[in-house]
Formats: sequence, C-alpha cells, structure tokens
Amino acid sequence: MSGQGARLPRLESAGLDGWMVRLFERIEETNLAWITPLARRCEAAFGDALVDLVPSYTTLLVVFDPLRLSPEEARRRLLTLLGDLAPDEQVDAGEVRELTTWYDERVGPDLGRVAEHTGLSVAAVIDCHAGTLYRVFALGFAPGFAFMGLLDERLEVPRLTTPRQRVPVNSVAIAGRQTAAYPAVTPGGWNLLGRTSARLFDRDREGFSLLAVGDRVRFVPVDRQAFEAQGGDTTPMEAKR
Amino acid sequence: MTSAIHSEKNKYTVIGFRVERAGPLAQLEDAGRFGVRRLGVTQGGPADLHGWAWANRLAGNPWGTAALEITFGGLTLVAERDLTLAVAGADLGATLDGQPLPLWKRVSCREGQRLVFAAPANGLRAYLAVAGGFVAEPVLGSVACVVREGLGGFDGRGSKLAEGDRLAVGHRLTAGQPSSAGASLTEAPDEVRIDYRATASLPLLPGAQVADFSGHSLFQAFNEVWHVDDRADRMGVRLTGPRLQCRIGSMVSEGIGLGALQVPPDGQPIALLNDRQTIGGYPRLGALTPLATSRLAQCLPGQEVRLVAASSEGALKAYRRFCLTFMG
Repeated sequence: MSGQGARLPRLESAGLDGWMVRLFERIEETNLAWITPLARRCEAAFGDALVDLVPSYTTLLVVFDPLRLSPEEARRRLLTLLGDLAPDEQVDAGEVRELTTWYDERVGPDLGRVAEHTGLSVAAVIDCHAGTLYRVFALGFAPGFAFMGLLDERLEVPRLTTPRQRVPVNSVAIAGRQTAAYPAVTPGGWNLLGRTSARLFDRDREGFSLLAVGDRVRFVPVDRQAFEAQGGDTTPMEAKR
Repeated sequence: MTSAIHSEKNKYTVIGFRVERAGPLAQLEDAGRFGVRRLGVTQGGPADLHGWAWANRLAGNPWGTAALEITFGGLTLVAERDLTLAVAGADLGATLDGQPLPLWKRVSCREGQRLVFAAPANGLRAYLAVAGGFVAEPVLGSVACVVREGLGGFDGRGSKLAEGDRLAVGHRLTAGQPSSAGASLTEAPDEVRIDYRATASLPLLPGAQVADFSGHSLFQAFNEVWHVDDRADRMGVRLTGPRLQCRIGSMVSEGIGLGALQVPPDGQPIALLNDRQTIGGYPRLGALTPLATSRLAQCLPGQEVRLVAASSEGALKAYRRFCLTFMG
C-alpha cells in the first residue's frame, strides 16, 4: 500500500484543484461514520469554492475551484476539519432502502454458476444474498451505480473471465465481497443473480440517484407475479454473452 | 419548428443550423457537469478547454456558453439564418461554401451557407461557437453531452449530432450588446494558436503514489518520448512507451480527478479526460494540469508527447492567467 506507515488521515495531492483525503487503508463498514460527516463539513467550509466531492471506501476526494482558493488554503481548511473530526453517531439511524428483486435464472443467468462455485443450492444463494443488510460504500462506474458490501464470504466468487457486452438495466449482481444493481445498460463482468424493480437513477427525481453513500440496503426477494406488479421487467436475458 | 421560443430573459431560441452530415462525433459542451460526481456522474465538458474558451470568446459569449465539439471532422452544417460564429482549436479543414474558413477569428455566415468540417489537418477537436450560444435543456445542471451516460446534448439523452438535427441557438433581442469583457476581440493573438502537430510537453503534478514507482521508471517517465495510442477517447488517452514499474498493482477504488495519469499493471499510462469514470483503482503517477490535459486531447494517435514534472505554484499561475483572459 502506498506510503505504508504514514499517519492517517493524510492529505495527498490530486492535481491543481483537488486533495485526496485518505482516512483508512482498508475497507471497513465503520469507515463511513467518518467519511460522511467529513463530506458534510467540507460543504460548509468550502462554500461556493467547492466543485465536487467523491467519497469512496477509504477516501474522500475534494475538488475545489483553484480560481477562488489556492491549493494551500484548501489544504489548511481540510486540516482544520480533520483536526476535530468526530464520527457520525447517526450513521445507523436512517431508513433501510429495500430493493424488490426477482431472483431467477431467466434474469439472473449466473445463479447456477454461483451455486456450483460456492457449493450452495440456488435457494441458499438467494437466501444468503437477501439475508444480508448492505451498506453503500461508493457510487461510480455509471450514474447511480452503488458499490455495496460486504457480501457474505460464502458468496465470494470471481468476476466473469470475459465481461458481458450488455448487462440489462436493473440486474442484481455480485463480485468479490460486493454487490450492486445496474442503473443502466452497460458492459459488466459481475455475476448476475436476478433483477430489481427499483428505479435506481432518475434524472427527474430530487437527488437523482436512489442510493447514496452510507445508505443501508436490503434486497427483498419476490416471485414473478409480485415483481411484475411492481413494474419489474421480466424480459429474459439473452442466452449469449 | 418555425416560431421563436422565449427562453431566458432577453433571449429567443431559434434554429441556427441543420445537420446535413453528422460525421463520427460532434457534440454539445458547456463547461461541464459539476456537483454530481458523488452520484457516479462524470464531469463532461470540453476535452480541450483552450480551444472551447477561445471559440466562445471570439463569438462574444461569456465563459460557460455551450459550443460544439467536433472530433475528427466529417460534419456538414447548413445555416438556417444569418449567424456570427467562431471556430477555434483543431484545423479540420473547415470551409464555408467551399472557401477556407478562417480559424481563431469571428466570422459572419449567411442563411443557407454550408459549413463543412472535413478531416484533421492540425489537431483533433474543433470548437464551433455561435454568438448567443447553442441552447439545450440542462440535465443535472449542464448541457454537456456524455454519450456513455446518456446525459446532456441537444436532446438531453447524451446523443451526438445526427443527420437532420436542427440546432437551437440563443438570439439576443438587443443586437450588438457585448456579452462579455472580451466581446470586442474578434481575432485571437498568434501566441494562443497552438500548432498541435508539434511534440507537446505536458506539465504533470506528481501524485501520492509517485514514490511507489521504481527510480528507473520515474527517470524514463520524464525523459523518454511517449506515443499517443489509438485507444483514446473522451474517457482517457493511453500512452505507449517504456513499461513503468510500480510496486502497487491495484488499490481500493477512489475518486479520480481530471488529468490523472493512472498506470495499470501493463505499465502503460492512461491520462483520464472529461468523461472518465468517477472512481478507479490504479496507482497514479500524478495529474496533468488542466491545460496539459487539453493539449493532449488535441493529439492524434501516433503523435509524440513528453511529460514534464511541474510545480503546483507554476501550474496554478498559468491556469489562473488563462482563465482570467476569459473572465476578467
């Protein structure tokens, strides 16, 4: 790991207009209790000079307007914030987002493969995936694409050797210790278990993305009928990759 | 669409151009989409800030006005009315009714005239700004067209220009009102017209992982020539050259800034441009300055570039000087 042994948190140069605040070395669910309040305090401390914030598993990238703020001044403000940063006690108080999901081979073509790889039955794979309360660690890859964890270690399977050219929208997928749902049709190498009826990214909705960093998420298994009743798309996955 | 539509105060929206031939990639770009990267939404905006800003200024538009980014050429536009325009950035062999169109200069165009962008003669991306600006409905605060995300552009869905498109422009009611401090300037000074064919020296601010590269690799990175690969688009530009050795293979994914120079395990760096993914997990040599990123975006595959270690102070001074030219 970079700068091993150096003290955390620390600030790293991320170009003319950015500082990378590195708070942790490893992915832990408790990281969010520190990253989320830091993001909130950055908004207040930088005001109009703040351009963007990109929270992730262990870091917060702070992008500012170098015409309004020198990198040195931005650094000073961040050090002040870090000096008396306290973890957010409210991090578990919010509501749990529920993603209604139809787990089925027709929309989750890797269910069988995952079962084979893990030695579990398909039903056990579904129970295991739906039985965990996940946390959103980061958004990226595509608008509204939430990286969630941590997946039960029994379900840990590698990515596909060859990614699919087109993963259908709303596909529910796993890779490594992570899970996600695809907000749009994109290429993708994760293992598909099913499909959700949730609208993950909506340009006409306040906040746009259904999921935000720090959210807790549960996948709720339903049968085909209930899935369709919720507006779910049952169009089967094409057989080809 | 025949009638003019009221939009902003003191501004009509009218049809300025019809697209007769679309070419490989022409798209609408304002300054970019900001404040939404935490949702996984990329920045967008002009790949070459320099050319985009000069086109707007020469057309008399304020900073941030939407202009067309024309990559490679192959585009034919027909003027649907008399317009004032300017083209800056790459020389794509532009002609107006068959006559060479002067670049880096304010030009008048009559209704019915054909504006053709042929093929790259010098640089890769041309910027067409029209007085009053191109107009579209913003999506997430910006009209910047990001094809991959399906956001922005004239239709709001991230579509590049297509044959038959009719392009809306802003039309001021009070003609002749200068809209920015630089409105009186009609021609760019020689020193800002870049010869994109020359080997570019790209200032790079060293980043946090720089010490994880071998000493030999660092020497090579800043002393050998890099070639622009044909794997280059608005997400990133791959450079080929000496194989850089870094003791970090991959990292926990984290936010990536404009111009970040990431080095995957194959040792060949990728400079990340406007449409990059918001987070990634490769170690970075550092970040190209905004203007260096713009300069790289004008390079054709096969061209030579060099990386130059820069100081934050010097780079900040150059960037501020550049921006104040347009905002002062």
